Amino acid sequence: MINFSRLFLTKITFLLTLIFLYFPIVILVLFSFNDSKRNIVWKGFTLKYYFKLINNQDLIEAFLNSIVIAFMSTALSVILAVLCGYSLWKLAKKKMALSSAYEGVLALPIVIPEICLAIGFLVFYQEISWPQGLVWPLNLMSIIIAHVTFSFPFATMIIRSKLNTFNLEIEQGAIDLGATAYQVFKNFILPHLNPAIFTAIFLSITLSLDDFIITFFTSTPGVVTLPVKIYSMVRFSITPEVNAASSIFIFLTLCTAFLGLISYQVYKKNGRPKS
Amino acid sequence: MLGKRGIIFKPLAYGSPLLWLGIFFILPLAIMFVYSFSENQGILDIKLTWTWDNYAKLLSLVYLKILLKSLILAFFTTLICLIIGFIVSLYLLSLNKYLKIFLLFLITLPFWTNMLIRTYALIAILRSKGYVNFFLEKIWLSLNSLLVYFQIEPFMGEFVPLEILYTNLAVMIGLVYVYLPFMIFPIFMALDKLNYAYIEASFDLGANYLKTCFFIILPLAKNGIKNGIIITFTPVLGSYLIPDLLGGRDSSMIANLIERQFKGANDWPLGSALSLVLIYLTFLIIFISGLKKNKT
Repeated sequence: MINFSRLFLTKITFLLTLIFLYFPIVILVLFSFNDSKRNIVWKGFTLKYYFKLINNQDLIEAFLNSIVIAFMSTALSVILAVLCGYSLWKLAKKKMALSSAYEGVLALPIVIPEICLAIGFLVFYQEISWPQGLVWPLNLMSIIIAHVTFSFPFATMIIRSKLNTFNLEIEQGAIDLGATAYQVFKNFILPHLNPAIFTAIFLSITLSLDDFIITFFTSTPGVVTLPVKIYSMVRFSITPEVNAASSIFIFLTLCTAFLGLISYQVYKKNGRPKS
Repeated sequence: MLGKRGIIFKPLAYGSPLLWLGIFFILPLAIMFVYSFSENQGILDIKLTWTWDNYAKLLSLVYLKILLKSLILAFFTTLICLIIGFIVSLYLLSLNKYLKIFLLFLITLPFWTNMLIRTYALIAILRSKGYVNFFLEKIWLSLNSLLVYFQIEPFMGEFVPLEILYTNLAVMIGLVYVYLPFMIFPIFMALDKLNYAYIEASFDLGANYLKTCFFIILPLAKNGIKNGIIITFTPVLGSYLIPDLLGGRDSSMIANLIERQFKGANDWPLGSALSLVLIYLTFLIIFISGLKKNKT
């Protein structure tokens, strides 16, 4: 029997790769519970670094900022993605060349290096003299806008590919019966897109939570998100406290990813339109 | 017939994404483009003079060296990722469906955790009092005691910890660590789509694993491998965090050089020119790979 997984080379490479990918993260999480400042030897279980975090006002603020930014940018980016996916789909039926040119432009924010997008926003905000020192949720706007720009093209790709499976006869029938484009969209296309919207939501949240570079360059003075806060902690010193903050963050992103996966699976099982 | 909301719906659907892209994507890039032809006047004033000075400055040895170094680092990182990614995909190839999906999920799971945190996790492993040196010291000591046991003079002396962190090696390890899932995923997809009958036929005709690998699987998975190379190489080339946190004084890559123009050196025109060069490089890579696709 031909079996590549039985070869010594593939077996050992796979095993080493898994160890390579997981060992640092496992150690990081494990040692956030370690009762010692020196990071390397296990001295006993403790939660004191997590309690320290709860009392750290800056960190709580950064955490809250990250959550608000993630939700706001996701809401905007998914709305834009649905509209964009819809218009791309419509265009593809009429003018193929125009639609593929549009898709090309849309791929640009994904393709160009993150640092360049970040610099672009930095000079943009400088040039239009974006107001600084606004009240709380408003001072996050500069970051939210930047996050929407890089996450909505990803979301659009998901929406667009889901539209390929939409039954065109439904649309034609509805139009024949006098439905407007908006009514077709609201009553038929949107329900069809539901699972894709779920996926897009969770993808956007994860992208926003994960981002460091663009936030680093687009935040107005005094605004800190969790990754930016962790970055400054890492630069300053390596303590179990950083490990604890990181562990919470890992837990958070994994939860979003899992939730996205589960909700998608559940929807696919129960909510699939009967054909 | 058309409802009121129906009338505004179409312009809204077509217009809003375009408007967003225009204002919050094209315009920033355009400003960057204009900045790259401008000059610093005083501390904060930047004046457009259509000068090519910023691009000329990039041709000086200091910047060219960093540019070249980034390309070399990205090349080797991609190569290592490619080798590991291909072998890992091969391992997954002949497993049963559920195990395959589960293991792929396991491999790509770290991808969902924050890049900054993964880079930080590596610091604890690589530093001179980290785990790599911890294990190396253990091995060293046990070897030494073995020598003593056999009454051979211990010639190895004191253990000197390897200084890996803050070197180019650390940057490379970090880049492979962070971007490996980028390579595994497309190659796995390509191998998964492959018709297994070809592999069986190759074995029936007397080829071994190695020959099947090189003459059957590799050519058939070519497009997946190419995609993997592009989506690994381009972000690696523009990576900022990893050289910043794991690298030493001389392991700056392009992105670090760009950052320095904005946060330290305060030379925004030069930084803009650098950013644009990085974008052009990325396009060039994609363009070249697209050319080859058209030929075949």
